[in-house]
Amino acid sequence: MRMLTVPRSLDYKSIDQLFEAVASSGDEKVLFDARDLRWIDPNGMVNLVAAGCVARERQGEPPRLEIHEGEVAGYMARMGFFRAAEGVFDLSYRPPRRGERESDVLLEITPISSNSDVHEVVDRVQRRAGAILSNTLHYPASAVVQFSVILSEVCQNIIEHAEAPGWVAAQSYNWERRLGRHVLVIAVSDLGRGFRGSLTDEHSARFGDRWGDGTALEAAFIHGLTRFPDSGRGQGIQQIRKQVRRWDGLISFRSGTARIADVPSWDELPPMTEGLAEFPGSQISIVLPARVPDEA
Amino acid sequence: MKRKLDLHPVSIDLSGVLQTTVASLYSHLVTRPTGRAVRVAIESQLAEIERTAMSLIDLSEVTVLDFSCADEVVAKLLQRFLAEDRPGEAFFVFMGVGEDHRHPIDEVLDRHALQAVVSDRDGIFELVGRSSQLQTEVWGILEANRSIAKVELDSVLPRPEQQEALAQLVRNRVAYGIEDGAGFHALSTVMEELRRGN
Repeated sequence: MRMLTVPRSLDYKSIDQLFEAVASSGDEKVLFDARDLRWIDPNGMVNLVAAGCVARERQGEPPRLEIHEGEVAGYMARMGFFRAAEGVFDLSYRPPRRGERESDVLLEITPISSNSDVHEVVDRVQRRAGAILSNTLHYPASAVVQFSVILSEVCQNIIEHAEAPGWVAAQSYNWERRLGRHVLVIAVSDLGRGFRGSLTDEHSARFGDRWGDGTALEAAFIHGLTRFPDSGRGQGIQQIRKQVRRWDGLISFRSGTARIADVPSWDELPPMTEGLAEFPGSQISIVLPARVPDEA
Repeated sequence: MKRKLDLHPVSIDLSGVLQTTVASLYSHLVTRPTGRAVRVAIESQLAEIERTAMSLIDLSEVTVLDFSCADEVVAKLLQRFLAEDRPGEAFFVFMGVGEDHRHPIDEVLDRHALQAVVSDRDGIFELVGRSSQLQTEVWGILEANRSIAKVELDSVLPRPEQQEALAQLVRNRVAYGIEDGAGFHALSTVMEELRRGN
């Protein structure tokens, strides 16, 4: 059995380490060692579930996830991680079940597999996001609708393009040391056919030898191409990008072995990364920073 | 407006259509399947009307309208009724359009090179979508005049290109021209006349 060490800090930057470990394990049985985990954001959580699913598929049974009871596990429980991980991992720790009560989390890890799941996400976010967006991020009151539209469109990306189930989660954080501001993090992950798989039949010919995960991401992210002939398709991603740019945010799409991103001045992620470890499906990460007073 | 309008007024509350045709618990116009279901319900309703329908699509109870849904319930709805094989004859005015609706509506109309008449929550009418400067100007003159009789046309719109722009607005169904050529009416005026029971 191979032990896969979960990075101490698991977020949109370190998730590649986890994917690389999963990719390099081949068909070996694996154990996910998260005992040193000290920090995890929505990207870390939805993609840890995704990595567990990949390992489960390969080895034919849920892989073991070792994690200690403590502050991080408590936070993961509030984010709905253990509920989402049920059946995916053989869990070393299960948090005590608590009665249903309104959580302080913006959006717990939520499986997305149907149209009605997207409606539920939008309903929930409409109820909870207003205070965070206006009080914490200092966005205008109208931002809650635009934020809901972003979530709706990224979730639809799972249903329409991945044709496989996925997960979404969102939460706000104080990035005092990293950015000196609060941020809101949205993470979406699925285990579908990825952008290359979705677009190959319709669009690979025009790219010739250049066709691959990177060019497929360019086609969808930059040019708004989809596998559908209808010209109304593909607007969602373009409009999300515009809105995230207006809020000086970061948006990245990872699929297969590549990642493409719109990168604001406060981050150093490259706009295109190729040669990453192969991982199924696609992963979307959005980071929205609080508005600074002179932007108001 | 001196002639009786041969139009059938139809008021469609989008929020109501959403809850009766898709799911009673849904309160937002999001996702393409939802938009498609709402559009098909509107098409069915309008297909039953024998006369030309003047359809008032009311968004005032809709909070969230995403791009996929706007593509179906605005752009594709208009496309269906501009196509040669349209399910019926209809004009559309989108009412109760708030700031949050405007952006998705503008984007989907521009993407399909369509035009539409919208009315905001204060009842102010506007031509939105992809229009030339001349079309926007002529639409504004018609809106300000409410109606232009055939005999007034040369004085109100003296330039041939203005009259051609007006003809195009009628073809695009963002202005109403009476078939025997008696004159042209802003859709806001048509709505008002129909409300008065003309």
